[in-house]
Amino acid sequence: MKTVATRTAALVAALLAWAAFTAVNARVGFVNPVLLPTPAEVGRVTLDLLRSGELARHFFTSLVRIAEGFGLAALAALGLGLLVSLCVPLRLMVEPVIEFVRPIPPLAFLPMFLVWFGLGEASKVAFIGYTTFFPMFIAVAASVLRVDVVLLRAAASLGASRADLVRRVILPAALPGIIVALRLGIGLALFVIVGAEFMGADAGLGNLIMEGRVFFNPAQIVMGALVLGLLGSLINTLLLAAERRLLGARAAS
Amino acid sequence: MMAGPKIQIQGVARSFDVSGRSMPALAEVDLDVAEREFVCLLGPSGCGKSTLLNIVAGFLAPSSGTVRVDGHAVNGPAPERGVVFQEYALFPWLTVTGNVEFGPTLRGRPAAERRQTVARYLDLVGLRAHAEKYPAQLSGGMKQRVAIARALANDPAIILMDEPFGALDAQTRETLQDELSRIQRVEHKTILFVTHSIREAVYLADRVVVMTSVPGRIKQIFPIKLPEVRDRFAPEFTQYESDITRVVKEEVAKVHE
Amino acid sequence: MASFVSNVSTLVESGLRGPALGRRRTFTLRIGAILFFLALWSLLSGLVVALHLFNPIFLPGPWLVIGALTEMAAKGQLWIHVAATLQRVAIGFGTGAALGVALGLAAGYLAPVRNVVEPLVEMLRPIPPLAMLPMFIVWVGIGEASKIGFITYATFFPIFLTTVTGVRQIDPLLLRAARSLGARGLPLFTRVILPAALPDILTGLRLGVALAFFVIVISEFIGAEHGLGYLINDGRNFFLVPQMLGAAIVLGLLGWIGSALVRSLGRRYARGQQTA
Repeated sequence: MKTVATRTAALVAALLAWAAFTAVNARVGFVNPVLLPTPAEVGRVTLDLLRSGELARHFFTSLVRIAEGFGLAALAALGLGLLVSLCVPLRLMVEPVIEFVRPIPPLAFLPMFLVWFGLGEASKVAFIGYTTFFPMFIAVAASVLRVDVVLLRAAASLGASRADLVRRVILPAALPGIIVALRLGIGLALFVIVGAEFMGADAGLGNLIMEGRVFFNPAQIVMGALVLGLLGSLINTLLLAAERRLLGARAAS
Repeated sequence: MMAGPKIQIQGVARSFDVSGRSMPALAEVDLDVAEREFVCLLGPSGCGKSTLLNIVAGFLAPSSGTVRVDGHAVNGPAPERGVVFQEYALFPWLTVTGNVEFGPTLRGRPAAERRQTVARYLDLVGLRAHAEKYPAQLSGGMKQRVAIARALANDPAIILMDEPFGALDAQTRETLQDELSRIQRVEHKTILFVTHSIREAVYLADRVVVMTSVPGRIKQIFPIKLPEVRDRFAPEFTQYESDITRVVKEEVAKVHE
Repeated sequence: MASFVSNVSTLVESGLRGPALGRRRTFTLRIGAILFFLALWSLLSGLVVALHLFNPIFLPGPWLVIGALTEMAAKGQLWIHVAATLQRVAIGFGTGAALGVALGLAAGYLAPVRNVVEPLVEMLRPIPPLAMLPMFIVWVGIGEASKIGFITYATFFPIFLTTVTGVRQIDPLLLRAARSLGARGLPLFTRVILPAALPDILTGLRLGVALAFFVIVISEFIGAEHGLGYLINDGRNFFLVPQMLGAAIVLGLLGWIGSALVRSLGRRYARGQQTA
């Protein structure tokens, strides 16, 4: 099973394999060594960018965009997801439209957002918001709709009014699913932020990676990718911890 | 003075729409349940006994006929009719205490009073020691006892039970039957109890209502003249069992035709 | 708002989904909803023009989008771009799937393979595949190879991971029973392991197809002359918004068809088994 120990061991092993492979390549040269940066080279680039403050700047630019886009989308997804689930005619009207829009890859709309909002921050935030909204909205609605009828019946025969049912049964019952929806959203945000920053951006981790390509600095590309991976892992760990605290007592039901 | 019947089921029928066609689940049922009476609805699978219970509970509307409680027509669930479900239906995000005090909390009872109520009913079902546990940490039998305590804590006049012990093993089942019998001797509620176990029905009920196979109707009603505390091996007990079994078997045979 | 939300009677009768409607009613309702959506969209874009809210180029009505698509289809351009995109997806996904399943089966079944591959996967997994696109471009240039290589890379992971899971979740009792019946080597593999792992593998394939269409767009933004992604990005230069929207919709349609194909594969070959 994946314990922290085995995962760390795996990562260390991977690091060593990478170091070994690139070291051999640098010696033998079956591929241009520039194309296969060693961990040392990547480390050097990282330190340079850290020292100049550039890394921090790009890192936080990306982070802020994710936070803003995801935050807006999450609020909208929660509010609208709840509303749609509680009103049957509204849901029946909205569902087919969502089915229609869902298969379209969000990245296909990136240029649209650049046209609509220009090249500044707004387009990135709006794009992240759009991308994360639909899956979260669908997941929130699904978890509300899944609330077991028998729980509603039990509460009603204990005297619950409609407001009671929503506040005291539907919301708590849907909470685990809602949290999963949020985790899904943030994962998606991390996934597309890079793509969003490839074009028409002058800051951000995605921009940093793209720069690495334009200025033929693969070490920078690798650094950017690793930092992103780290950010993702961090956020994921935090969310899992938060989830366990909020839902731990319920355990498997 | 003898008040009118607590529950009056008059001409209740219910059909369901299954892919465009109307399938009758319950045909005309007329039944009166007196106050403090323990009535069992017994019958083969699918005979509509659960449907009837759901109608009395107010979860379903009848296709025709009415259900009256204390003379007033039923048109939805209400705290006067508590329900115990086969699937327990405990709220997984609340502790045992939270579950049991759910009804009083809705009614805005003060915390001190709620604490007393919870203590009283957890004692009654023998689960005081588990007050702070979550449903996920309880066994099936314990969960059902919490469900019973939760229903009782709301002080309903009527309790509706839909095969509450159906998901439990035979041992736990008999234990809970004993408990329910004991609780009824203390609380004296009006109980409508659905089961497909003849033994269970004879053990618990004042009257056993045998229903036909679908569409369900009342086939025969057996008044059970046994003492409050019943011996499952007494000859009178087994006599009732055989009498009722004979009638039920006719209906079961029809289902398999 | 009060009567908007389902009342207690409906909630206790049929839960939050409400009563089940007949098939015909659901169908008409769905069509109605889509028509209503199109009508709303038309209305909004019309209002933009009528009230001079902003440059109508930013919100073309649905008829403009359909017009742009039909024009491109008639002139034959659309098919060239669709073919270009499909080709990249097909080759990339095909390669990624083949590698993912092959390596996944090996890693799932043989511990030494797993011990070698798993660390690499663990390290690469948290990194969004998109971040590696520039790397592919640096390695093999801006042409087809980098796009296809990138799709292969992106689709490899979910397929590999679900295949490994699929093999590892096989009940050891099942394997023991099969072995005691004489199954060994290749027959054990094709007749027991593969079918048992199939539902998970198919889930991975479905994810892979969705992912392939998800990422193809962005790889076609850079250094492409053909493809739906190219069409979308190219539209930026002259604000050809109907073209951009149209291409996006076509892309969605293709992705949906791809997923539907995998799902129907699942129904044919993994009927009656539970999917992950």
